[in-house]
Amino acid sequence: MHSDPAEVKKSVRTYLMVGAALYVGTVITVAVNQVHLAVPLAITVALIVATAKGSLVAGVFMHLNHEKKWIYGSLILTAVFFMVLMAVPILTVGDTIGTPIHHEMSGAAHAGAEAH
Amino acid sequence: MDIPYIVEERPDTGLANGKLGIWLFLASEVMLFGALFSTYIILRTGSVEWPHGELNVWLGMFNTFVLIGSSVTMVMAWASLKMHDWAKHRLFLTLTLLLSAVFLVVKYFEYADHFARGEYPSHSTFVAIYFTLTGLHGLHILGGMAVMGYLLGPGAKMYKTHPEQFTNRIEYTGLYWHFVDLVWIFLFPVLYLL
Repeated sequence: MHSDPAEVKKSVRTYLMVGAALYVGTVITVAVNQVHLAVPLAITVALIVATAKGSLVAGVFMHLNHEKKWIYGSLILTAVFFMVLMAVPILTVGDTIGTPIHHEMSGAAHAGAEAH
Repeated sequence: MDIPYIVEERPDTGLANGKLGIWLFLASEVMLFGALFSTYIILRTGSVEWPHGELNVWLGMFNTFVLIGSSVTMVMAWASLKMHDWAKHRLFLTLTLLLSAVFLVVKYFEYADHFARGEYPSHSTFVAIYFTLTGLHGLHILGGMAVMGYLLGPGAKMYKTHPEQFTNRIEYTGLYWHFVDLVWIFLFPVLYLL
């Protein structure tokens, strides 16, 4: 991060340009939404633009493009756990709690019991 | 007793304690909002149908512009302090506070419209996750406003006695504020557009 006033003065133009880029990104997101793309494509485009905008905020406004390694280290650890958190919904696909296990087999056994 | 490493950097981390502290706090915030985004994915993928066009896209877009503008003014408030321009710092911090108030006023009208239509959190899964995510985000805006209000009011006198410490406080407030903006950058498309 810059601490020299002259360096900070040079960065002011960058801050304003990033602000303008964030406005353009927002307009693009809404414009793409007005086209009514297929849902998977719309989600992909919206998230790509949001990630680009988020990277600009984090990289320039939060000065992550030149930070100390302790901050990068803690953020890498956060990113790993964040990815785990985002993967949790995948576990619900294989969730069998509340549904009968071996449903067909138990049904067949029930039918056999009735025949006797 | 003087607390060490408020302004000067620690030799082991190369950071002032407050800087590392705010980043660790933001890391916990990532997990908080991450848990709610994860919940959103579970609810959305598990639902038979998901409403589209329930929210006013133009109001959401306006609020996105407002919050991006507040992020620009916040970083300018910090840059002005670094350039020893106290008047500009006050101007930009006041603008940030005003923009955050505009954001909440717009949110108030959005909420009022939902309530007028009987759309409380119990109305549907979508409305429930909408109120949860935007409500928590709104509380973060309120928290940021309280800190900015303090730094504009009674907290401002620190600049006369400890200018570097005050500049650090503005930087940490800015980091928090940019994070709040970053969360909204993802909330807007997820709730209003998709």
